Amino acid sequence: MGSENFSTFLSVVDLRKSFGGVQALNGLSFTVESGTIKAVIGPNGAGKTTLFNVISGVFPPNTGSIAFDGESIEGKKAGEIARLGVSRTFQNVEVFGRMTVLENVMVGRHIQSRAGIISAGLKLPRMRREERQIREGARDYLKFVGLEHKAGELAGNLPLGEQKLLEIARALATEPKMLLLDEPAGGLNTRETEGLAALIHRILERGITVVLVEHDMNLVMDISDEIVVMNFGEKIAEGKPKEIKNDPVVIEAYLGEEVDYSDL
Amino acid sequence: MEKSNSKILFALIIFLALFPVVVLNVRAIGHYLDVMIFVGIYSLINLGLSLLMGYAGQISLGHAAFFGLGAYSSGILCTKLSLSPWLAMVAGVCLTALVAYIVGVPSLKLKGHYLAMATLGFGVIVYIFFNEEVALTGGPSGFSDIPGLTIFGLDLNNDLYYYILVWSLVLLTLVFSLNVINSRIGRALRSLHDSEVAANAMGVETSRFKVIIFVLSGAYASIAGSLYTHYVGFLSPSSFDLFLSIKLVMMVVVGGMHNIWGALLGTWLLTFLGNEWLHVFRDFDILVYGAVLLAIVMFLPEGLVGLTPKMRWLWKRS
Repeated sequence: MGSENFSTFLSVVDLRKSFGGVQALNGLSFTVESGTIKAVIGPNGAGKTTLFNVISGVFPPNTGSIAFDGESIEGKKAGEIARLGVSRTFQNVEVFGRMTVLENVMVGRHIQSRAGIISAGLKLPRMRREERQIREGARDYLKFVGLEHKAGELAGNLPLGEQKLLEIARALATEPKMLLLDEPAGGLNTRETEGLAALIHRILERGITVVLVEHDMNLVMDISDEIVVMNFGEKIAEGKPKEIKNDPVVIEAYLGEEVDYSDL
Repeated sequence: MEKSNSKILFALIIFLALFPVVVLNVRAIGHYLDVMIFVGIYSLINLGLSLLMGYAGQISLGHAAFFGLGAYSSGILCTKLSLSPWLAMVAGVCLTALVAYIVGVPSLKLKGHYLAMATLGFGVIVYIFFNEEVALTGGPSGFSDIPGLTIFGLDLNNDLYYYILVWSLVLLTLVFSLNVINSRIGRALRSLHDSEVAANAMGVETSRFKVIIFVLSGAYASIAGSLYTHYVGFLSPSSFDLFLSIKLVMMVVVGGMHNIWGALLGTWLLTFLGNEWLHVFRDFDILVYGAVLLAIVMFLPEGLVGLTPKMRWLWKRS
């Protein structure tokens, strides 16, 4: 075996993005191998969410390139990137609150279906069949994350932990090759976080590459194959969890310089 | 279509079937049939407006213009070119859809107040066009002698027949709209209303869907305009002014924006209020409109249909 089994799936090269005077991404480069879990960590304001927004096409980078599965995707629209096989969740959950849980996941099936407004309005047989497939597919994904018993509830009424799971189900429903998880464990309790770790492993087993931004270090160290550490829009370290744990640069970025508490 | 929708639809059909029977046998309210035809015509516009505002979350203060484009297309093509009214209606829909597309593509990039102002501006431009293009539209005094509709040789210039025609079209449009709402298109519209960024991430082409629904609602309004023209037989710009656009939005809001049945309820209530029940207030009717709108926005932001869960709750308690 060895690293030749993996191929570079996502490669980010010298990515820069500024908002006014703030340099959110400042020449960031890293790669993600196919079939692995890569975590992006860093203090608040390091540019992690900006990175996800640029990769998923919420806004374009100022300069730099992103190649996904052999195709250059920087500056492409969010919808095109979704069609190429990148899906995502959001740090501040963005579920469709006034739609039911099942309908949320059905929106995830949007790019896997094609009925137009005329065939929808006239309820043509082709469209009915497709609608049934969308519904069944969506149920499967709800079951996969363990939310099938909430299918009929309004998504806005779910507790935060379940909204996060719902976002994962919705993202999986697009049948992505790569999934970007933006702080999936934020706001979850210990037990829910353990369930999440198991879920992420099952996602990986489906052949989906996972990139996650996360603050829960136990989770990150536990599940990641590799970690990128960011600060001020730059990469300050990259490597396996064990290497990152003991990297003095990382420790300083997170905790500041060592303080001697014995005086207090 | 969901089960509850089928039930309400069934109740509506029964109501519509009984309405003329009752009304035509009670002399004092015999003219309610005429009012109900207007309710149908405005309902057709508001079904589209409800899809646009309530489901896709995009406001339009220019729908009187689409209504007017349909009306003038029918009027002009039938009188000046002696075209068949049905062909003229189709031509009107095509023209209105084209205009809606041209207006929609740039203006739907705007949000909130800016979109309201852009559509309002469009409505004013079309109103000025109707007033100033005297050779084509007859200018402020408009033009008359527009022929009525016939179908298979049957003259529809009779309130009962026209009532049946208008409400059949409303029902067809309603079923079409309900089907759209409960399809991937409807879900795409509602998703972009709740979170545009998440809808985009799911591959929903939000700007495309906004334009599609804007064009569809324009087409509905155009059909309503044609029906209006052939019913009243007379056209003048004042029937398509800004106040109508505002009144249409008000009907949708009063009935309940997030529910297509609300559009029908609001249209029914405000048309009867305006045409019949507010006469006692004479020139103060605008104040009553204002008070109704204010009360709804303050106490019933979900509109009148928002009352049904509350009533069900009271019912269970008693």
